Amino acid sequence: MRVNFTVNGRPQEADDVWEGESLLYVLRERLGLPGSKNACEQGECGSCTVRLDGVPVCSCLVAAGQVEGRDVVTVEGLADYAKQRTEGGCATGACGTSLDAAQQWQAKGTDSQTGEGTELSPIQQAFIDAGAVQCGFCTPGLLVAADELLERNPNPTDADIREGLSGNLCRCTGYEKIMDAVRLAAARQGEAV
Amino acid sequence: MASPSGTPTKITQGAPAKGGIGESTLRPDGTLKVTGEFAYSSDMWHEDMLWGQILRSTVAHAEIVSIDTAEALATPGVYAVMTYDDLPAEVKHYGLEIRDTPVLAHGKVRHHGEPVAIVAADHPETARRAAAKIKVEYRELPVITDEASALAPDAVLVHENRDDHHIGHVPHPNIVHRQPIVRGNVEEARERADVIVEGEYTFGMQDQAFLGPESGLAVPEEDGGVHLYIATQWLHSDLRQIAPVLGLPEDKVRMTLAGVGGAFGGREDLSMQIHACLLALRTGKPVKIVYNRFESFFGHVHRHPAKLYYEHGATKDGKLTHMKCRIVLDGGAYASASPAVVGNASSLSVGPYVIDDVDIEAIALYTNNPPCGAMRGFGAVQACFAYEAQMDKLAKRLGMDPVEFRQLNAMEQGTIMPTGQPVDSPAPVAELLRRVKAMPMPPERQWESSEGADVRQLPGGLSNTTHGEGVVRGVGYAVGIKNVGFSEGFDDYSTAKVRVEVVGGEPVATVHTAMAEVGQGGITVHAQIARTELGVQQVTIHPADTQVGSAGSTSASRQTYVTGGAVKNACELVREKVLEIGRRKFGSYHPAWATAELLLEGGKVVTDGGEVLADLADVLEDEAVEVEEEWRHRPTEPFDLRTGQGNGHVQYSFAAHRAVVEVDTELGLVKVVELACAQDVGKALNPLSVVGQIQGGTTQGLGVAVMEEIIVDPKTAKVKNPSFTDYLIPTILDTPSIPVDVLELADEHAPYGLRGIGEAPTLSSTPAVLAAIRNATGLELDRTPVRPEHLTGTA
Repeated sequence: MRVNFTVNGRPQEADDVWEGESLLYVLRERLGLPGSKNACEQGECGSCTVRLDGVPVCSCLVAAGQVEGRDVVTVEGLADYAKQRTEGGCATGACGTSLDAAQQWQAKGTDSQTGEGTELSPIQQAFIDAGAVQCGFCTPGLLVAADELLERNPNPTDADIREGLSGNLCRCTGYEKIMDAVRLAAARQGEAV
Repeated sequence: MASPSGTPTKITQGAPAKGGIGESTLRPDGTLKVTGEFAYSSDMWHEDMLWGQILRSTVAHAEIVSIDTAEALATPGVYAVMTYDDLPAEVKHYGLEIRDTPVLAHGKVRHHGEPVAIVAADHPETARRAAAKIKVEYRELPVITDEASALAPDAVLVHENRDDHHIGHVPHPNIVHRQPIVRGNVEEARERADVIVEGEYTFGMQDQAFLGPESGLAVPEEDGGVHLYIATQWLHSDLRQIAPVLGLPEDKVRMTLAGVGGAFGGREDLSMQIHACLLALRTGKPVKIVYNRFESFFGHVHRHPAKLYYEHGATKDGKLTHMKCRIVLDGGAYASASPAVVGNASSLSVGPYVIDDVDIEAIALYTNNPPCGAMRGFGAVQACFAYEAQMDKLAKRLGMDPVEFRQLNAMEQGTIMPTGQPVDSPAPVAELLRRVKAMPMPPERQWESSEGADVRQLPGGLSNTTHGEGVVRGVGYAVGIKNVGFSEGFDDYSTAKVRVEVVGGEPVATVHTAMAEVGQGGITVHAQIARTELGVQQVTIHPADTQVGSAGSTSASRQTYVTGGAVKNACELVREKVLEIGRRKFGSYHPAWATAELLLEGGKVVTDGGEVLADLADVLEDEAVEVEEEWRHRPTEPFDLRTGQGNGHVQYSFAAHRAVVEVDTELGLVKVVELACAQDVGKALNPLSVVGQIQGGTTQGLGVAVMEEIIVDPKTAKVKNPSFTDYLIPTILDTPSIPVDVLELADEHAPYGLRGIGEAPTLSSTPAVLAAIRNATGLELDRTPVRPEHLTGTA
């Protein structure tokens, strides 16, 4: 089957999709967007978290056919998504994204091999600065989830952060630096107001 | 053939924080990892690539009567189906130390999930369905699942014709390796004991549960060879095992490290490497294999489950008199790293304590359970769980404070290990306990707020099982000792190639090693070392591959020590060559070139007095200086097979934990409230990464204390919970605050005085949590993990 949907603001068309394929597979293997990760492929680890019409979902549990006509944001588009949110008149960066807005923005392409000069969203920068990245396999899913958490709740308590990220497994860090990163991003967001 | 997309080209140290050693420099791969661009092994993609799939045994122990692949081969989209009979070379087995593991099962399967056949097809689902069409007829055999069944008089031998180098000294062919250690005289020492404490402990099977599944891409090359992009812990060890099975010389098997999503020991053994190469060479097409989580549980070895029998004695004033123990590790169906795990369990079974009279035996069994091998802590973890339980029992019997009792018996620099080896660098065991005990305690009833109980901070969490009723707090302590580096006489070297040249007017260093960066931050540290030693800002880390000499394994807490040492050494040699060039060009202009101690700092040649002699760029001009050199730590010796004596270890690493838990005693639910750690790291080359390692290791110890266990059915030896639905690892809600106190006492034998740090925190975390639960509940608790039924008396 053919699936038409929007990924990071760009219309995409995937052909010859087998009905059993997940959104995760289509993103990774058909659209060249392997940023969403395949740690468990059973909805337990959160490494494949993307936003589907603004809602965080495990893309491994979404059948590709279900995204027909809908809007997907992956980690590859997160920086531009956050930038657009801020430029859209939301000073805190935490005003939510309307469906219209979500469907109109466009991510910029990057093909950097080194990542130098890449513009990052506040949560991405905070993960680097706080040492929240080790092997990094959980990172894309955590970033999408944490960005959405801060969009909903710009000043989360520690218990809020733990609850908000409890669907994302990390095996390297013991989560302490991830807590630090979310606190840091929230603090920087607050300072920017 | 075009190279695959996602091929790692280079990783440069990003713009900010260009620090040398001792600074919390940020990861060079951080930006790639937060943008989703970092290419992990499962992200590799190649035009025209096929997908490989492995068919695994559905039973644990059986003769293979027949395999019928006809229907699978006839499936549209299928390019190849291979079984044992299709293997191209004389060599059909592999293994880390003992080559006992068949690439594909031959005649017999020895554990649940053993690879039997492999398929290549144009879509992963086609490959899966084709594999399911392969008909394998099994004639089941009795299963060996524990010591009693392994050593029974009529026991079936898991391996019939052993010819490995351990068979001569083991008492039974179902024992992989046995290491006794005898020192002093336990019978005499026991006479001095006022109290004797015995215990029998059980340690469950833990999984590494790295998040990036086993995966890779094998690309056939025009010269008949193959290029494998792979996530592993040791490229050259893989190469040594892969090439003979493919019937290729090692130079026709090129290996490049793809992005590695964690390892923790689980990537020391081969998984899909040979299978992908076989299918690529058979079909002439690139082949990608990616396990899903279910398969990953069958695709790598686990931590050895263990039974540990301990006896300790102490005088009434609290001095340990003797220790006797027997440690039985279940190695499962294939040897993997079992012999080395036995050596560790045995030689570290006393813990960080002074006991002159010991009688120790450790063995690993061959059984039909899942193969077990390396996992963070490697034999020392199981022992620590048991000896720390013993310390608490002794302290209780003596009416002493458990921390003071440990401090009274703590080893220190100069202590003789049970192997006869003196501890010749700082061993601040008592001090670490003092520090961890001195940390402020978390507030009582921290769940209470003005709006009532915050259930997220209570046992049972959002399940809303208690608002504080039946909740009891407990506190527990533990300390452990781990060896650093490969032991027992292993030639544990690493290789580094360092180059310095001028690019765009600026001196740039390139560091090339085969070290597997698995998340630990080795590449960060290599760049820091190069900056410190060569005085340059720009450092490029070359991708790890087999075009440079072996770096050894990313395991045993060894990489910063050994490959870090190799990078430091290569930098020093490069510096000498640079200074020679400088002397040749500029020596006549300033006498200090000949007389002073010269350094490279800030892109310049300077004297130790700080006088600038030349710009590095002017010294080098268009010349590049490059050195590739092996580096070794001081040698070790094997342990004597009868007495266990020998200078077997390179270095030791120590950590202590204090756990604070709250237990809902009615439902048997545990909330770990805080898990504080104090660790001696010798020298923190990157303090941010050091703390990250300690917190990560601590959390894996927490996991095996309260939730993580692979459940193997004792009747069938089949794995019952191969998923993240049923094998639980700690979430962010299960994990408490982990305050860390880092002590830096230099080891004069190690580069910069550093100490390998990655494993020690995984040891003491588990027994500290268990001690805290015992403290809260008054229960004995002689097994880990603890489940609700163990706390409610319903087990």
